[in-house]
Amino acid sequence: MAQRLRVRYAKRGRLRFTSHRDISRAVERAVRRADIPVAFSAGFSPHPRISYAGAAPTGVASEAEYLEIAVTRPCRPQELRAALDASLPPGLDVLDVVEARAGSLADRLEGSLWEVRLPGADPAAAEGAVKEFMTAGEVAVERLTKKGMRNFDARGAVASLVSLTADQDDHVEGGPNQSCVILRMVVRHETPAVRPDDVLMGLRLVADFAPPSPPSVTRLAQGPLDASTGEPADPLEADRVGGDQ
Amino acid sequence: MSVESLFPRLEALLPKVQKPIQYVGGELNSTVKDWDEATVRWALMYPDAYEVGLPNQGVQILYEILNELPETLAERTYAVWPDLERLMRAEGVPQFTVDAHRPVRAFDVLGLSFSTELGYTNMLTALDLAGIPLSAADRGPDDPIVLAGGHAAFNPEPIADFVDAAVLGDGEQIAIAISEVIREWKAEGEPGGRDGVLLRLAETGGVYVPRFYDVEYLPDGRIKRVVPNRSGVPSRVFKHTVMDLDEWPYPKKPLVPLAETVHERFSVEIFRGCTRGCRFCQAGMITRPVRERSITTIGAMVDNGIRESGFSEVGLLSLSSADHSEIGEVAKGLADRYEGSNVSLSLPSTRVDAFNIDLANEFSRNGRRSGLTFAPEGGSERMRKVINKMVSEEDLIRTVTTAYSQGWRQVKLYFMCGLPTEEDVDVLGIADLARKVIQAGREATGSRDVRCTVSIGGFVPKPHTPFQWAAQADHETVDRRLRELRNTLRNDKQYGKAIGMRYHDGKPSIVEGLLSRGDRRVGKIIRAVWEDGGRFDGWSEHFSYDRWMTCAAKALDGEPVDVDWYTVREREEHEVLPWDHLDAGLDREWLWQDWQDAVNDVEVEDCRWTPCYDCGVCPTMGTEIQIGPTGRKLLPLTVVS
Repeated sequence: MAQRLRVRYAKRGRLRFTSHRDISRAVERAVRRADIPVAFSAGFSPHPRISYAGAAPTGVASEAEYLEIAVTRPCRPQELRAALDASLPPGLDVLDVVEARAGSLADRLEGSLWEVRLPGADPAAAEGAVKEFMTAGEVAVERLTKKGMRNFDARGAVASLVSLTADQDDHVEGGPNQSCVILRMVVRHETPAVRPDDVLMGLRLVADFAPPSPPSVTRLAQGPLDASTGEPADPLEADRVGGDQ
Repeated sequence: MSVESLFPRLEALLPKVQKPIQYVGGELNSTVKDWDEATVRWALMYPDAYEVGLPNQGVQILYEILNELPETLAERTYAVWPDLERLMRAEGVPQFTVDAHRPVRAFDVLGLSFSTELGYTNMLTALDLAGIPLSAADRGPDDPIVLAGGHAAFNPEPIADFVDAAVLGDGEQIAIAISEVIREWKAEGEPGGRDGVLLRLAETGGVYVPRFYDVEYLPDGRIKRVVPNRSGVPSRVFKHTVMDLDEWPYPKKPLVPLAETVHERFSVEIFRGCTRGCRFCQAGMITRPVRERSITTIGAMVDNGIRESGFSEVGLLSLSSADHSEIGEVAKGLADRYEGSNVSLSLPSTRVDAFNIDLANEFSRNGRRSGLTFAPEGGSERMRKVINKMVSEEDLIRTVTTAYSQGWRQVKLYFMCGLPTEEDVDVLGIADLARKVIQAGREATGSRDVRCTVSIGGFVPKPHTPFQWAAQADHETVDRRLRELRNTLRNDKQYGKAIGMRYHDGKPSIVEGLLSRGDRRVGKIIRAVWEDGGRFDGWSEHFSYDRWMTCAAKALDGEPVDVDWYTVREREEHEVLPWDHLDAGLDREWLWQDWQDAVNDVEVEDCRWTPCYDCGVCPTMGTEIQIGPTGRKLLPLTVVS
């Protein structure tokens, strides 16, 4: 292996319905189409050495997904970015590529900034529910996982949660003259993982807040949590400057 | 007038369904053309779930060819699963295409590709969700022409009430011709309305419009005759045959789905047609003659397909791939070209002989040698003579001995149960064969680490084959024979543990048999089953035999026929069969003679290597066998990485 490259990509629009497995198949094919000299694992059934960190759930859009590719001969990050982007279907868009210098990328992904759009929701009710939620010490929610129904706290991992009202012009989905509440939240990556829909369930439990139509969720960023802003910083910065602390 | 995308309305439903990605389109190499710039618009449907339909070669080829025409556009639609169907009904979202999410009813043609009859109920769901009347007779000027193709369309009588038209055979040229007829008809102001364009299509002799033919019955339920009911409509409709596959190297831009599908590979058809003459095989009968793609076109298509798709597996498709006249050179050339590149090659549908081991060895050069598959189809020597599968036990044992001694550890054998003239002993012969295979494997390797799996399907007599007259075995007999075979294998202390057995019960074959050899009266059953909730009949978790039988009893009440009449009844020579007016080129007298030969254990050779035995196809269709060798070689490509 000559080099490892770290890739930030987005899943947008209708491609937010891809599952993690769908994406890994699409990336493997794109790598082949783009003639990227990906390294293969040794052994009985070799597979391309591509690893994924912190993938967003099926149905959730993201501006900040990350993967790492090992290649057998050095590649220029910008050339790889363009080639990979051209080979992926529109909606899986490669945003940034850097050469990995040190440390584990997954370890840097401490938290995510999520945006949740709730077309048709009542802004005052949202505001109230957010306040209730944030003042609560613990909000027990349940979710159906592969291992059955699980109970866990949705409050502890939420570093911040605010409710905004959308600018009518930038949001056509709900139609004209319809309010749209936007929730912005920073959630720490903990085990069990707390997802935006868990927080929404928490809002319903603490304040009976239930949006009238399905939420549209986007991960805007994930990375090391910046103490001054309270939001995730660029996790690839450490590779750009040449090393972790 | 433009149509609006249904996507915003569909999108609201997607978070609530399983695998939503299958409904969003956006596949690599998919095409969305401007609605208003096209005059002829096709919605192409594979009437099964997206994961099965997307890889279908026929649909991909037609999609690409139609979209290449300047005034034509084509989009795709698939069967939606019951979870989405419920939501679409509740929210009033109609059947949509996955390309631009346009409503299916807005298209000029809804073309359905039926590989199997078990997709008929899914067609009705799609029509109903689209807002298209189920009965062709009830459709108006705003409804598309519902057109059936694919192998099942060689007897479209059971769906005659639901389709406006059907085409037989290769679709490439006829799809273009149909587009041209519709374009002209529209340019002239749509004279004669719906019947006007259907009449123009029927008059070509290459499109069957069931409504233009009347079926008359005898008092005992048999068909008296099928006759055109208006002038200009030919009494026989012929199949279509593409004669130079090198001129049609499709797919050039294979669709690459985001969702997981049943075949994750790029497939190249290396030839069409098969003249091995297996009597049970409808595909081998209706796709004659053999037409090979040249080694150089195959090489170019593989190279292009991998680059365009990024797939890591290439399948060389045909009905009997090892029979290509230059398969050895193709295999070696491709294996050389992709050695060390992590591109793997596969060759489905091979026959039983040692040459195939050489091929398999080439294809597994840098991979593992896990399993090889052969299809003796019949368990006894006599049975194989009846079905004209010319494989002797000696051939099979010699072949598997070679395979095991060259490092292959698992052999899979395909068989059928319920074949004409079959007796218990023929099915139990499968156990004998499997034991001898394991014995040969243990001797060849000196190891007990060899396995054999027998996989058994129920035989269904098909139209346009020598067995079209045969009685189908009832499901009780099939199930009993399979049970006895299973017990025999289970009780075998010496070899039983090394032999696996896969099979299905016999009931679905009866429904398939009903739909395969049915006539127009069977349409009532299909409709009743669909109204009762029948969907996805090809899926065992959705299929209900009892529902089919209950609905059949009701739908055929008062008729002199029943399910047994359609399935387990043997036909006599001169009975008018529902598909007799549809011509696959096969001479009816030859088919009958071949049926008689089958009963008398008489085999027939392959006409590629022996003189013509007058099956009738080439003179009727004006076609001829096209095979190599061309003598050309595959040149190595300059590999970039």
